[in-house]
Amino acid sequence: TVTCTSAHILPCQRVRGIHHTIFVPLFHPQVFIGNEWHESCSGRKIPVYNPTTEKLLCEVEEADSDDVDKAVRSARAAFQMGSPWRSMDASDRGHLLNRLADLVERDRLLLATLEALNCGKVFLMAYFVDLMATIKTLRYYSGWADKIHGKTIPVDGEYFTYTRHEPIGVCGQIIPWNFPLMMFVWKIAPALCCGNTVVIKPAEQTPLSALHMAALIKEVAGFPPGVVNVLPGYGQTAGCAISHHMDIDKVAFTGSTAVGKLIQKAAGESNLKRVTLELGGKNPNIVFADLEYAVEQAHSGLFFNQGQCCLAGSRVFVEEPIYEEFVRRSVEKARSKVLGNPLLPGVDQGPQIDQKQFDKIMELIESGKREGATLECGGSPGGQQGLFIQPTVFSNVRDHMRIAKEEIFGPVQQIMCFRSINEVIQRANATQYGLAAGVFTNDINKALTVSSALQAGMVWVNCYNAMSIQCPFGGFKMSGNGRELGEYALQEYTEIKAVTIRISQKSS
Amino acid sequence: MLRAVLSRSLPTLRRLPVCHYSAAAIPAPSTQPEVHYNKLFINNEWQDAVSGKTFPTINPASGEVICQVAEADEADVEKAVKAASNAFRLGSPWRRMDASHRGLLLNRLADAIERDAAYLAELETLDNGKPYAVAYAVDLPTVVKCLRYYAGWADKWEGKTIPIDGDYFCYTRHEPVGVCGQIIPWNFPLLMQAWKLGPALATGNTVVMKVAEQTPLTALYVASLIKEVGFPEGVVNILPGMGPTAGAAIARHMDVDKVAFTGSTEVGHLIQQASGSSNLKKVTLELGGKSPNIILSDADMEYAVEQSHFALFFNQGQCCCAGSRTYVQADVYDEFVERSVERAKKRVVGDPFDLKTEQGPQIDQEQFNKILGYISSGKREGAKLMCGGGIAADRGYFIQPTVFGDVQDNMTIAREEIFGPVMQILKFKTLEEVVTRANDTKYGLAAAVFTKDIDKANYVSSGLRAGTVWINCYDVFGAQAPFGGYKASGVGRELGQYGLDNYTEHTVTVNYISHNACQLFEPQCPQDQG
Repeated sequence: TVTCTSAHILPCQRVRGIHHTIFVPLFHPQVFIGNEWHESCSGRKIPVYNPTTEKLLCEVEEADSDDVDKAVRSARAAFQMGSPWRSMDASDRGHLLNRLADLVERDRLLLATLEALNCGKVFLMAYFVDLMATIKTLRYYSGWADKIHGKTIPVDGEYFTYTRHEPIGVCGQIIPWNFPLMMFVWKIAPALCCGNTVVIKPAEQTPLSALHMAALIKEVAGFPPGVVNVLPGYGQTAGCAISHHMDIDKVAFTGSTAVGKLIQKAAGESNLKRVTLELGGKNPNIVFADLEYAVEQAHSGLFFNQGQCCLAGSRVFVEEPIYEEFVRRSVEKARSKVLGNPLLPGVDQGPQIDQKQFDKIMELIESGKREGATLECGGSPGGQQGLFIQPTVFSNVRDHMRIAKEEIFGPVQQIMCFRSINEVIQRANATQYGLAAGVFTNDINKALTVSSALQAGMVWVNCYNAMSIQCPFGGFKMSGNGRELGEYALQEYTEIKAVTIRISQKSS
Repeated sequence: MLRAVLSRSLPTLRRLPVCHYSAAAIPAPSTQPEVHYNKLFINNEWQDAVSGKTFPTINPASGEVICQVAEADEADVEKAVKAASNAFRLGSPWRRMDASHRGLLLNRLADAIERDAAYLAELETLDNGKPYAVAYAVDLPTVVKCLRYYAGWADKWEGKTIPIDGDYFCYTRHEPVGVCGQIIPWNFPLLMQAWKLGPALATGNTVVMKVAEQTPLTALYVASLIKEVGFPEGVVNILPGMGPTAGAAIARHMDVDKVAFTGSTEVGHLIQQASGSSNLKKVTLELGGKSPNIILSDADMEYAVEQSHFALFFNQGQCCCAGSRTYVQADVYDEFVERSVERAKKRVVGDPFDLKTEQGPQIDQEQFNKILGYISSGKREGAKLMCGGGIAADRGYFIQPTVFGDVQDNMTIAREEIFGPVMQILKFKTLEEVVTRANDTKYGLAAAVFTKDIDKANYVSSGLRAGTVWINCYDVFGAQAPFGGYKASGVGRELGQYGLDNYTEHTVTVNYISHNACQLFEPQCPQDQG
């Protein structure tokens, strides 16, 4: 039995897990505005499911446009000139983020369990990958808060000019369900570090960890009311209200390319709010050499997180001489994967997030078969109960097939064959996407040539999914606008103000 | 110094004069803090000096011995450098540590110091004589902030990729310099330690630090915290010792890659020479000053008087950046002098553990004698002694707050660093004149100007030859802002991002890309196999 207790949040609510009774603290299943918990204006609720069992976990208040208005007013008030947040030392903003990291570290087990329950993530992955990244992201941006330097600029004439990097204002942030907690901090940490205020909408599928984060933000006792507002809700209502809002200065969205276009349009139709987008990908992973290691990396590059990664290496290009052997070993690897309750040890793959995704993935698998790719393994639902899909490998995939062009967002690996470096570069780049790419080779010239030729925001050489908070993340082309993480993310959350002062006599 | 920090740590006091402290906000000190560590700290272990020698450390408020401390000399420096070199060897735990983890260790060190802040403030007051209220409310929070600041830099000190001509891929890495010798003074023992350790450790160096023989105790306690929070052995080594023996051994050591010194200009010359005659180690120096503080006639008089008083008398006048030449415009000169004398007479001198005390003793007999000598020279050379000028207690090294009026630029007290509670007030007429006179010194550490006129403020601040210029404030330090001197006040900058430069080598890597091997431009491109 997995039992989570959290002394600071009471009372606990019993929630039925798949095989166990799991105690999940009843965070407030509500809308978090102005450091307070609210019922939604409409009184409606969102049902929240466990994808492992497809059973209801609990219900959460559903925010829509009225709640967004309320939250924006709260965020705007917190951003007023002279407010506690605006007059706080930058280093104190940093210190608050560090203390939030301390609390996340304290509640690591609980948060990882919530992610496994609500998102179907393999618990150990949630605990070691998601939570570690969450803590590190908060600590990293904690350090930046008082290091966002403006410049003094030697302008012509009798003037003194300097720049200030000021917060943009009220930031709307809309995050997806595949890494609920990580996406939450990727968004709030740089925003808060730069001094913005935030209205954040977690995905309707996975609001639980975000609401626990809201409780921690309140517990840190130092974030003034209105600095962070958390609104569980649907994209068409709450998300749409955020992106159309006339008093939101910036919107950051992570999700599908289709919705990314809507967000950009909404900004154009409303107040020209700044837009950053982190969208889909159909990422090439190019294998020249180093067979065994590359098989393993290509496998985890696709199957990690049930294949639900915008980064997934979903087009594996393998050089002809090793193609057959590579496919054989990849199939072996995929077959050895253990599906099951993500809270159980020894399980490698949990369920997909919901019925809609499940159906979409199954439909794409069918299209692959129909269009003539060779189904090497998998291809079917993975159990009697829950939204499981067998690890699936297709070989003899052609570039024009739907499974080679569309983002599947599931445990389905496409393996293609290539002959020359020039050919593979062209084919890898022949996509509307440009998020990430991988190259496996020990030849330094090939590595440097391919990595500079690929149109992608990240290129990994002899590794895949090697992410770190210090390193920027984002897409070329229709994979997005702007960058998250690293120092680059700070640009997305600051306006630059140049102040020029007339002086009587210049001195070098 | 460091009023910004004080006002932030005691927000309710923001509007009060800076030298008044709230007794309520500060825990009652123990006047007899226990001394836990009095040995050399090498390789995360406590060691006696190779020679077996010890020296006494003195309580300057009484002149009595606090305890004996192990005295490092050349043989111990040798041991410490070996430990630091070993900790820096390729593949060592310290060299392989994630930069973010170095940052985490510095953050933990800050947490530990914050936890023990009251004790450290007591020990600082006992060993240094600074008022406990100041040690607790200014020195300790500033130390914690400095370490947290550099904790953040550890994984943000980024190199560049550079588009050089030709088929090359070029990038820079900011690598640690190596074994850093650091020699720190006695006026802000804990703070100077943090200023030195923060950037050195954030960037991945190892350290052999010599602390001042007058004030070794707090640095040794911090050494125990360094061990507690998990720095690998040999990364930080702390040696109490004398300048001519231990300090000299560091400065001329062939395996020390960099030396950072804070102290007198006179010793700064020796350090630079030692580097030149040994291995050309990198040198950064933070030395003396004779900083001008310029009061224009349109300034808010009451505020300017209080700030100028603070600028000179803070920390018993023992600040390298002390505003020790107060230039006042002629039309407000008399009133300014009168009010400054009034303020100095009100300064509370006494037991540094008493929370009402503004001024404690000078650090030792030598400084005490030197300051009294300067006061005599002032009188002899014709400056007008307006108040003070004598000793302030029958034991310990207390000196009365002293103000000289009618000071001329050529007088010794207007040219040399006194490093004591002695204020010089000079008269000027025009801006051009005062900028010229203010710059007529071998020093160039800090300066200030008080005026409401933005144009005058810009004119004076850009004309002054000083590393730091304050406008309508004095001694405002932030870990974020660089600090250091022009001319004979020093070499390099501490604090801020600039502080990282002194602790890193910028390595350029140029990688030739052979396109032949890749056949990138073959005439026919095979099409999609489908």
